Formats: sequence, C-alpha cells, structure tokens
Amino acid sequence: MMDFKLPSLGADMDEGTLLTWQVKPGDTVKRGQVVAVVDTSKAAVDVEIWQDGVVAELLVQPGEKVPVGTVLARLLAPGEEAAAPAPAAGPVTAAAALPQPVTSPVPEAASTTVAARHPVSPAARRRAKQLGLDPDTMRGSGPQGAVTLADIEAAAAGRVAPAPAASAPDRQQVMRQAIAAAMSRSKREIPHYYLSDTLPMAAALAWLQQRNEGVAITERMLPAVLLLHAVAVALRRAPQLNGFYRDGAFQPATAVHAGVAISLRGGGLVAPAIHDVGAKPLEQLMHELADLVRRARAGSLRSSEMSDPTLTVTNLGDQSVEAVFGVIYPPQVALVGFGRLAVRPWVQDGKVRALPLLTATLAADHRASDGHQGALFLAELRELLQQPQALADNIAPAATPEGNNP
Amino acid sequence: MTNDRPALAATVLDILRSIAPEVEPGTLDPTRPLRHQVDLDSMDWLNFLVALHERLGVNIPEADYARLVTLDKLLDYLLERRVSRG
Repeated sequence: MMDFKLPSLGADMDEGTLLTWQVKPGDTVKRGQVVAVVDTSKAAVDVEIWQDGVVAELLVQPGEKVPVGTVLARLLAPGEEAAAPAPAAGPVTAAAALPQPVTSPVPEAASTTVAARHPVSPAARRRAKQLGLDPDTMRGSGPQGAVTLADIEAAAAGRVAPAPAASAPDRQQVMRQAIAAAMSRSKREIPHYYLSDTLPMAAALAWLQQRNEGVAITERMLPAVLLLHAVAVALRRAPQLNGFYRDGAFQPATAVHAGVAISLRGGGLVAPAIHDVGAKPLEQLMHELADLVRRARAGSLRSSEMSDPTLTVTNLGDQSVEAVFGVIYPPQVALVGFGRLAVRPWVQDGKVRALPLLTATLAADHRASDGHQGALFLAELRELLQQPQALADNIAPAATPEGNNP
Repeated sequence: MTNDRPALAATVLDILRSIAPEVEPGTLDPTRPLRHQVDLDSMDWLNFLVALHERLGVNIPEADYARLVTLDKLLDYLLERRVSRG
C-alpha cells in the first residue's frame, strides 16, 4: 500500500483545498497522470501522481483544505493484491471518466472538470466586495467567462438581500501573504549576491527578425524564448546555479527546468516550470511558453510545473525597467533577470554605435556558488547570444527529469 | 466582414478584452498609446495580433508593429489593409 501525499507546490504554498478527484477507488493510474485538482491562491492545480498503481481509498473530500504532505489517498502498488474486488492491473473498464494514461514526464492536461477561475475585472471585484459577493465563484458574461461589473450588479439585483461577506479570505490577500512569507524566508535564509552584465542583442534580433519574416504569425518567436534557451545552455558551464539547497547542502539538478515568472492580471506572481529547456527546439519552447502563460493566467497549472523549477527566469523587459535584481525562490539557488531591450550607445570596433542592448542580471545563493561561477555564467550567456543560429542548434538530450517526489 | 469603422472598433475591443479582461469598454483613449493604458507584455501583444489575424484575416508583419501604437492608428491600419484586399 502506498500513500499519495499532496506534493509541495512551491515555497509560497503551504496548503490547498481539494476541488475534485479525477479518479476513484479501483482506477489504475500511471505516473504523471492528473488525479486531483487542488485549489491554491494562485491557481487550480492539476495534481499529478508520481507512482503507477491502483487507487484503493480516497481520504480527503472535495472542499477540504489540507497542508502540503497530507495523505490524500492510498494506492496499491502494481501487482499488489487487492483486498476489495477491484482489478489490480490491466484495463479498467468502469472508469468512463478516466483520462488517457500517459507515460511522458509532462503529459497533456486531460482533466475535464477543472474548476478554472474566470477573470474578474477590478471594477467588478470592488463592487462585489461592497455587496458581499464572491466573484471567483461566478461565471460572467465577458470573454472566457470573465466577470464584469454588469454581472455583479445583475447578481445583486437577483438577490433578496445581500449575502453575508464570504467567510473564505480574499484570494488576492492569501496569495499576497503566501508570496510575502516565501520572499521573507528567502531573504532571511539565502545570502544573495548580485551580478549584472550588458548583452549586445543585434545579432540575436536580426536572426529572429529574419526567421519571423518567413513564417506564419502563429509561428512567430519572441526574444524571450531565445533568452530562456541561452540560460539553459549557459548553465552547463555553471552547474552550481541549477538545483536546490536543502538540508544544509546543494543538490545539483541534472536537467534545467526553468521557472518562468509570469505576472497575473489583477496582481500576483507565479513562476511555473518549462521542463528540459535545453533539450527542446526553439519552436517547441515558444509553443510551451505561450501555453504556460495562458494557463497561468487562467489559474490552471500542473503540480509538476509548480514544484519542479531548478531556477527561475524573470523577464520584465518589454515595457519597463533596465535591470531587475530578483529575490531567489527557495529552495532554488539562482534567479536570472532580463531587463528592457533598448537601443543604447555601445562601443564596437573603437566607435560609438547605437545598438540594441539588454541588461542581464543574476541573483545567486552564496552557499552554493561564488561570484566567479556567476560571472562565468553571464559571460557564457553573452557569448551564446552573439551566435543565435548555433544557439538554436545547440540542443542536448534531456536527462531524466527531476521531480520533487513527496 | 465589415469595413465599417465603429463595428471594426467593437471587434478589436472584444479581442483585446479576451486578452485583458479587466479592460472596461469606453475607458480607452484611442489617441494615447494602447500599451500605456492596458498592461500588455510581448506575449499578450503577440496573442492579440494572432487573434486579429484569426478574426479579421489580416496578417500584420513585425515590420509594421511601430504603426500600431494607438487604437486609432491600429484601426486605420486594419481598414487600409482590408480595403486593399478588396
């Protein structure tokens, strides 16, 4: 008999509320399969199971809030005898709603009953609070079920008396508190050092422009993808920046699962992983990034995306600052920041030119690495981006993905 | 499909709100830069253009991005492209 526990979903998530089970006793499950949906302040997370087996007993009911590590269910190991009349292995015919079993480490999201949060406009949220309504339980009339001011007013008008204010704490507030706890812990425990470097980007941008001219708009690639891949390749020279610091020691990771910092509309931040960034062609990375951003903002992520990042990359480039010096997300040991891409003066061949430049920064854990390793990493990053075609071709086969097995 | 400017504006706004649901209709200044008024990063912008392409059949090359700064300029551009397609 094996315990299936609620896995860690990141340093800033201590607990979750079970929304739905995707399996029932007697179902056969495979490693990587989504078995439950758990609500956290950031997302409705599809929780994947890390063992093959047969579900024996579900211990937590929908609606229950439980801390990370709680045993959610018990399973029979493959081949173990079942006491109850349930099949131990082989095709399960009764499970009509069971998603297709998958074997890849990052399977397709097949769940059908995810309680995705619908976007809520700030005006609607303010009004809802005034009226004591919970907009997060509503589906609105806006695009993608977005809840608008009109929807709130209509809901209020349909009531005899306003409902008492929801007893569940405001989601934004909970998320804010969770981020506060994680970031405070990071600054208390991790001795950060910071490095920055200016990356000439003319070659990379020219390469991207030429590539994008020849393809359909749906295949257009953003600079962020090239930057992510460059980070993964550069980490091969500085493995002390990729992994986890736990129990007083640094544990290097074999693959690079880059947590991508994504701001949530209406406030908040989540940094789910794209797995094996160094092992995938750029086109695939672009599709995965676009999909990840969409799902992060829709509040629908997988538990392996929450727990697996081996470092985090933050790209505030587009609109805003020149450089970002971030706070490392424990138990990771590094955070790479990319600032705004802008044309600035630069000396090339003894002359001052106006060239596109970008400031890259590294925040790193001094327990795991020294400034020298950090500097080697940034230097390598800069060099890789001067040869974008070679970078695009530089794809190393994936190692077995690391997972935060509970 | 229509070349009527108000109808086109309504469609564009609809598409924008599918990317940025917090935008309230009637609150955007069509003469000020769009990306100063709506929080759109490069991914959002690309998704916006892909959706315009899907809904309106207009492909916008990267070289033309600089012409689309305000809502008015975007509408001008779209109308121009659609008329020239006949």
